[in-house]
Amino acid sequence: MKAVIFATRNHKEIVRDPLTLLFGIAFPVLMMVLFSVMQKNMPFALYEIETLTPGVIVFSFSFLTLFSGMLLGKDKSTSFLMRIFASPMTAADYVIGYVLPLLPIAVLQISVCILAALFLGLSLDLSVLFMGIVLIVISLLYIGLGLLLGTIFTDKQVGGIFAIFVTVTTWLSGTWFQLDMIGGAFQSIAQLLPFFHAADAARAVLSGHYEDVLLSLAIVVGYTALTFIIAILVFKGKMQE
Amino acid sequence: MTIEIKELTKRYKDHVAVDNLSLNIEKGEFFALLGQNAAGKTTTIKMLCGLVAPTSGDAFLEGASVVHNQIAVKNNINISPQETAVAPNLTVVENLRLMARLYGYSKIQAEQCAIAQMNIFGLLTRQHEKAKTLSGGYKRRLSVAMAMMSTPKILFLDEPTLGMDVRARRDLWSILRQLKGHVTIVLTTHYLEEVEVLADRVGIMHNGKLRALGTIQQLMSQTGKPTFEDVFLELTEGESR
Ligand SMILES: Nc1ncnc2c1ncn2[C@@H]1O[C@H](COP(=O)(O)OP(=O)(O)O)[C@@H](O)[C@H]1O
Ligand SMILES: [Mg+2]
Repeated sequence: MKAVIFATRNHKEIVRDPLTLLFGIAFPVLMMVLFSVMQKNMPFALYEIETLTPGVIVFSFSFLTLFSGMLLGKDKSTSFLMRIFASPMTAADYVIGYVLPLLPIAVLQISVCILAALFLGLSLDLSVLFMGIVLIVISLLYIGLGLLLGTIFTDKQVGGIFAIFVTVTTWLSGTWFQLDMIGGAFQSIAQLLPFFHAADAARAVLSGHYEDVLLSLAIVVGYTALTFIIAILVFKGKMQE
Repeated sequence: MTIEIKELTKRYKDHVAVDNLSLNIEKGEFFALLGQNAAGKTTTIKMLCGLVAPTSGDAFLEGASVVHNQIAVKNNINISPQETAVAPNLTVVENLRLMARLYGYSKIQAEQCAIAQMNIFGLLTRQHEKAKTLSGGYKRRLSVAMAMMSTPKILFLDEPTLGMDVRARRDLWSILRQLKGHVTIVLTTHYLEEVEVLADRVGIMHNGKLRALGTIQQLMSQTGKPTFEDVFLELTEGESR
């Protein structure tokens, strides 16, 4: 119950900054439109809406990292977190309280992007719904990374790190270009990290290759669990500093 | 005895932030903890609130140990941290309600308590303003009012008037005077005038150690100094880190 009360506060804190929220939804849609227009004038298939949509949604999740990281970072630097720590809340209450409010935002990002994709020619079938569900699971990775960043850095630092984070993770996810176009070390690194697998899992569900989803999703979930464990350990360390 | 501090020590790597502090504070007392920057005041408060684990020693708040029974301690105390620590995008009344709810109050209780505190702290006319739009003085009032929302037995105020203009500071003083006797207050400050106006008893820390303890009158006659400022300067002399 306390987790939900805290989550409600965190939700308000995020949605009452509508400009950043809008950016986190509108910008990915804009990218999707741009790239699918580009595709129309290209001789080969690179940004087909079926491959573009999952990638763009995963890209939009980087904003979840920004939102959760900034919120936690700010709560830390203003000592609001200290006040919360002084209350009889449990560690689970804090974590749930910071994760929960970002899920509806993830759902909003998924819905708006899918809607835009439908206008751009994506055909609506059951796999679109399945992709939505897989994407919600994937969003937890990005929320967790935000919490980790927010635990370690201040809100201002998180803002700066985000610029690098969003660039690197989308390169590595293979959304703007296919990884084997570059190959080599770049591709190997990308395959070791979860971002490519996140986009890959979403692409696999959408194309109906359900058997390919599991491995990719398992890697993402593994990284998510690891991220949360590290975030909580660092968090607990900071609490007792 | 409301607060019993027994040989409380906090060591950070190679230096001692709080050194073997022993001290008792009576129920209903207004106690001022003084000292230069880095004297160890905030660290002491953090240990008493269960926010920082002592390296050795213990403290008992309303009988509960900060080492062994943090939840019981946390239910009895509240803190207004050194920074303002308000939720910026929540309104004044939302900030207050949030605190009450996090301490397990029902919605109705939270509402009643919020109105009562807004009355005391002169916040009624600003109840629907977002906390981030308040002036520094009003943010401080809100911060202290938030700490009062759990009806704590012990209230910790860490430099509550830092950076406030003269009028705002005077206003807060008169509010704090209203609380006097109803709740045990431990206050840290750099403003000696504030101490003379509010405090029943004073402890002066220097380099983590308690240098002096008593009423202002007692300290003045002990040191033979004509003003409290002279007393303070005398007792905080010597090399500081
Ligand atoms: N987390 C920490 N790690 C290392 N040193 C710390 C930490 N917190 C406080 N200190 C040190 O402990 C000393 C006391 O700090 P503090 O209690 O904040 O003093 P005050 O509140 O009286 O200004 C300072 O020298 C400070 O640098
Ligand atoms: Mg301090």
